[in-house]
Amino acid sequence: MKHIALLCLLGLLATTSSVVRADYAGVGRSATDAEIRAWDIDVRPDFVGLPAGQGSVSEGEALWSARCASCHGDFGDANHVFTPLIGNTTADDIRTGRVASLKAGGSYRTTFTKVSSISTLWDYINRAMPWDRPKSLSPNEVYAALAYLLHLADIVPADFVLSDKTMANVQARLPNRNGMTQEHGLWKVGGKADTRAKPCMQDCLHGDVVITSALPDHARGSHGDLAKQNRSFGAVRGVELAMGAETASPATAPVATGLGTKRTGPDVTPMLSSNGCLGCHAIDAKLLGPSFKDVAAKYADRKDATAYLASKIRGGSSGVWGVVPMPPFAQLPDETMKAITEWIAGGAAQ
Amino acid sequence: MDSSARTIVQKAPEGFLGPELIVSIQKGGIDPDRRRLIRGAFSAALGAMAGSAMGATGNPSDGDAEILNLPPWSTLLGKPVVFKPYGDPSIYETSLARRQSPGLTSVAQASVSFAPLQGLFGIITPSGLHFERHHQGWVDVDPSRHRLMINGLVGRPRVYTMDDLMRLPSVSRIHFIECGANSAMEWANVAVPTVQYTHGMISCSEFTGVPLSVLLDDAKIDRSRAKFVLAEGADGSSMTRTIPMERALDDAFVAYGMNGEMLRPENGYPLRLVVPGVQGVSWVKWLRRIEVGDQPYGAKDEVAHYVDLMPDGRLRQYTSIQEAKSVITTPSGGQKLVGQGFCNVTGLAWSGRGTIKRVDVSFDGGRNWKAARLESPQLPKALTRFNCDWTWDGSPCLLQSRAMDDTGFVQPSYRMLREVRGTRSIYHNNAIQTWRVDRSGEVSNVQL
Ligand code: HEC
Ligand code: HEC
Repeated sequence: MKHIALLCLLGLLATTSSVVRADYAGVGRSATDAEIRAWDIDVRPDFVGLPAGQGSVSEGEALWSARCASCHGDFGDANHVFTPLIGNTTADDIRTGRVASLKAGGSYRTTFTKVSSISTLWDYINRAMPWDRPKSLSPNEVYAALAYLLHLADIVPADFVLSDKTMANVQARLPNRNGMTQEHGLWKVGGKADTRAKPCMQDCLHGDVVITSALPDHARGSHGDLAKQNRSFGAVRGVELAMGAETASPATAPVATGLGTKRTGPDVTPMLSSNGCLGCHAIDAKLLGPSFKDVAAKYADRKDATAYLASKIRGGSSGVWGVVPMPPFAQLPDETMKAITEWIAGGAAQ
Repeated sequence: MDSSARTIVQKAPEGFLGPELIVSIQKGGIDPDRRRLIRGAFSAALGAMAGSAMGATGNPSDGDAEILNLPPWSTLLGKPVVFKPYGDPSIYETSLARRQSPGLTSVAQASVSFAPLQGLFGIITPSGLHFERHHQGWVDVDPSRHRLMINGLVGRPRVYTMDDLMRLPSVSRIHFIECGANSAMEWANVAVPTVQYTHGMISCSEFTGVPLSVLLDDAKIDRSRAKFVLAEGADGSSMTRTIPMERALDDAFVAYGMNGEMLRPENGYPLRLVVPGVQGVSWVKWLRRIEVGDQPYGAKDEVAHYVDLMPDGRLRQYTSIQEAKSVITTPSGGQKLVGQGFCNVTGLAWSGRGTIKRVDVSFDGGRNWKAARLESPQLPKALTRFNCDWTWDGSPCLLQSRAMDDTGFVQPSYRMLREVRGTRSIYHNNAIQTWRVDRSGEVSNVQL
């Protein structure tokens, strides 16, 4: 009983960083060293957490072409999947540690224009890249990939070897290493605000009210038919915008609706969804991969369409629709594969 | 104002068969039950036509057909219990949905979907409409295989299962979560048409979970050296964010519950961090690890993104707090008033530093203001709903709302905010929103 009372008390005080401590008997256990090693992968700006290892620019180049270039481009400057990693930094920036284009404006903010700590990129590539196969790189591969990126950014020469020993040298040449500040009022709850508006109630403006910006007429339909994004009853209606064929664009169509009902054969929606296909494909819009309608149209006349599609899905595909490849889905059960390929070959009806 | 000034048009009797009946027929074909319903619907429709034949205007002279003729739902036996074991909204509620903003991102797993603020009520966001922001797609984590580890500057590193966490003392609190990039597209000029896209990266829920301070105490943190914690996710991105110790020991908690149910997978099922008042990216989803340390960690989303570019070319790092902000949700951009006369103006206000104390509404672009009614509850770091009476006389107006919190902070105008931060900051845009109402009653997004 006493124990329970203490727990309740702690519950009450829990948010006030109370020093009262209950012994949560039987709850949780100690982590083992092996467990901590397996999960504690972060690398700090002072390089705490950085594993020993190394990788050269040339090793990185090979790895980059095989595992990274499809999304980021051969030179890290592509923007079809994500904003460019490389570009808009100069030799002068490397000298001063401030990227001048950030102040001047007008040019693209690439990763290297912003990053102030090299550990950040090592840590991130190690935990999250390649995007479709995160945590598949060895430490040496992470060093190599980063070495190649640094070379693309003109920070290190072609014969450079990046390692736990040379990371600090690279830090001293990062183009925007001095370009950040943590002096502002938005870090702490009690921080000082940088605007100080007054709650004036009457005659608060001098001069006329001027509209400085409004949506141009040609952009009115940019987000679809707004009538369909509001209820058809209540205090207001959505503005009706006559939409062309793009009305059904999945960008503004509800994100998670089913694929509809006019269809024969089994409902493939759950299969496409649970196997992750809908992350890269939509029925009638291009995402990372082609729309299923476009795939259906391309192979409409092909007699062995289902077999062809199955081999492509099973083994992966590249070069048919663009620069981004599709990873292999070898583990897809046969009946799922059959249902999906027959559905595509049959026209990918909604 | 007389009723002839109303612009709303009387609705013609809808199709004979309601959408619910049509769907049910499409699904199940025609059986005796449905045949009876169709017969009922036809005679109702015939009745409506007979009614309209009586009046020259097409309106039944003796009243509204919806009243004179009983609708099908008044004349049939409804569906049984547990017809839907985990219920859905009405079939008529299809227009309010999460939506993406075209062209904002190139791939849908590193993207955003916006909550439809234009039609939500009160302060709680329905869990299925909660905004989404993923960096590497979302995953559905098996709760029986999920673990939370606490390590770093602690006396005893810990591992907890969901069983463990759900046995510990729990708290339930209502808080908003706003993406630091909410309203990002509007920094320099008007870019998107509706409040869903200008402000829809905010949601508010009741979260339930274990105070982080309980877990840190249980792991025996080294209080003299511990200055920061790192939170890390279990998904492919293993998203990391640094939280200062004072936040971690204050009101932060690890949540498993959301609005009475478990978290939705898109929101981090089965465990996410809740850091009240702080931008959403710090509320790490699928939370697997908390590391205690003495320095910030410089994660990708602290150094390459979620950095605010100032006019002098410097990037502010660790801008975390969501300052006071408000927006009118009805009437708002892309909507049209149904007619002149009375119209309740409603909206949302919030502050990451505390509780909303006051919201003022202007109908003339900020020259004169009028205090709005704050609905209850008014909670710290939660959405607060405000309402304001308004009679629209058909003339053009410029609607604005302005929030003030219990620190005395007043939401700034665009002009004031840009004077300090320029227009390229991307994050933390809390400027006053203006909606223009034109003579036709159409509302659009403008900046002054
Ligand atoms: C399938 C596409 C894809 C592949 C392959 C890929 N990436 Fe990425 N990469 C992305 C996306 C998308 C992001 C942004 C993720 C986000 O929004 O958080 C990203 C982000 C990055 C970033 C951080 C950039 C920034 O400014 O935030 C680095 C560095 C990076 N990738 C390096 C690599 C390396 C090295 C490889 C190969 C080992 C690789 N990527 C493979 C898609 C990919
Ligand atoms: C990581 C993103 C991604 C995922 C996940 C994905 N695809 Fe693809 N898919 C692509 C890309 C990119 C292409 C285009 C490849 C090319 O140009 O050859 C493609 C192409 C295809 C094609 C056409 C192949 C051809 O030869 O024309 C089919 C069919 C297809 N995908 C089916 C699927 C199915 C089924 C799934 C789920 C099991 C799936 N995809 C999952 C990215 C993806």
